[in-house]
Amino acid sequence: MVEFLEALLDPDVPLVRYALVAGLLASVAFGVVGCYVVTRRISYIAAAVSHCVLGGIGAGLYLQTVVGFAWCDPLYGAVAAALLAAIAIGLISLYARQREDTVISAIWTIGMAVGLLFLYKTPGYAEPMVYLFGDILYLTKHDLWLIAGLDVLIVVLALGLYNKFLAICFDEEFARLRGVRAEALYILLLCLTALCVVLMVRVVGIVMVIALLTLPAAMAGQLTRQLWQMMIAAVLLCMVFVTAGLALSFILDLPTGPVIVSLAAVGYLLAALANRLWRRA
Amino acid sequence: MSDQPVIDVCDVSFAYGAAPVLEDVSFQVEQNELICIIGPNGGGKTTLVRLLLGLLRPDRGRIRVLGQSPERARQRVGYMPQHVGHDPHFPVTAMDIVLMGRLGRGGIRKTLGWYNRADRRAALEALDMVDMTAAARQTYATLSGGQRQRVLIARALCGQPALLLLDEPTANVDALGESRLMDILKRLSGQMSIVTVSHDLGLVSNLVQRVICVNRRVLIHPTSHITGQVFEDLYGTQRRIVEHGEVTPGRPGNG
Repeated sequence: MVEFLEALLDPDVPLVRYALVAGLLASVAFGVVGCYVVTRRISYIAAAVSHCVLGGIGAGLYLQTVVGFAWCDPLYGAVAAALLAAIAIGLISLYARQREDTVISAIWTIGMAVGLLFLYKTPGYAEPMVYLFGDILYLTKHDLWLIAGLDVLIVVLALGLYNKFLAICFDEEFARLRGVRAEALYILLLCLTALCVVLMVRVVGIVMVIALLTLPAAMAGQLTRQLWQMMIAAVLLCMVFVTAGLALSFILDLPTGPVIVSLAAVGYLLAALANRLWRRA
Repeated sequence: MSDQPVIDVCDVSFAYGAAPVLEDVSFQVEQNELICIIGPNGGGKTTLVRLLLGLLRPDRGRIRVLGQSPERARQRVGYMPQHVGHDPHFPVTAMDIVLMGRLGRGGIRKTLGWYNRADRRAALEALDMVDMTAAARQTYATLSGGQRQRVLIARALCGQPALLLLDEPTANVDALGESRLMDILKRLSGQMSIVTVSHDLGLVSNLVQRVICVNRRVLIHPTSHITGQVFEDLYGTQRRIVEHGEVTPGRPGNG
């Protein structure tokens, strides 16, 4: 523990600090949006969107390294791919009459395939594992600014439209009858989810990010009576998992993403167990 | 408002694909009337409601609600659905739900869905109308079937509708809850037009002025004319008709 705190305060080792700041910033968006994802029951769709992000990362890296667009950060590609996938998958889940799960699974894998092909064709350091499972070694100060900006955008939109999101998560048909543009809000919610994925690409990676979006929210849902309370609890839980996971991975010399997600999973299981015992008692 | 009917359904037919659900349906509902739509399951009651809300469009015929197309009239229709499709543990209080009845269009505040003091006051009044003020801060999951139904009625009332549309208000409600719902309907009748949908013949009390029987086609009966033959035609079997006298006249409020 002491070594972790020393590393945090060491001016020569910014990485741990960057990872903690990125994780804590992202936790706010994750807690808020995660509650919508859990109550609206779209974690499968959110998972599909998150995997598509690899396509954008691959394209971004390819453009930057091979084509020579120096400005093209892979995270920009991630943002573009995330939004594109969210809109495409959102429209399909709204309007495809049948077999929407088949189409969504197809897009999910196509996104990953495209990403892997781009990564293969990009010489140098493009190691897919870095993006699939996260690696804080690649976190830069520039990433932090991007994460902070996206974080503010996500949280402002998600909380600004709180009543409308609550209405479509609880009873979409009634909301529509009241004149709420439920379809547009649904697509927006998927876009916000997609941007959340980008926030945590560096720390947790795109494969495991869904666990961090849904598990804290699901735990929070067991404790709270209103959606905003659930959000606060989810944000705090997410922060705890990120911080503890980072510390533990540093002390035990393990990859950060899997440790954070494993902690969230253990927390969720314990909470579910406690909840069950509590009800029986 | 003029004397135009609140609901004007004219020669409406509707089919899901090749399966006809409603054929040549025509009826009108006058202002401040309280009517009940009854019929067997699968007879087209829910389809009729969805047509009245503009969620479905008729294949043939014309529907006007409050003198407008159903889509345009929605804002002035208070709708209580039969099912609220979500998980029962949704973290939401009765007050949160009732406030949803104030959502709508127009202005930045409405676009963002922010509630103001007037919205909160209207929600509290609506809760009061269904005797649920005490449960305003209770979560939906902890409410009984009857209480949930009353919260959903309050949500419909919260938008100050000219027409109240209740789909199966007595489903999942015990006898006590049902008599409370009847009291509420009695109180509201005369203040607005009310259409309730039910497969439950018990609702056809002397509270309701007319009954619209839906089983692919529509027959309209003043309540006084309901006979065993009517139900036999509608349901295909002989049913015992319970005479609904004034069950509890002058019932003191409710607890």
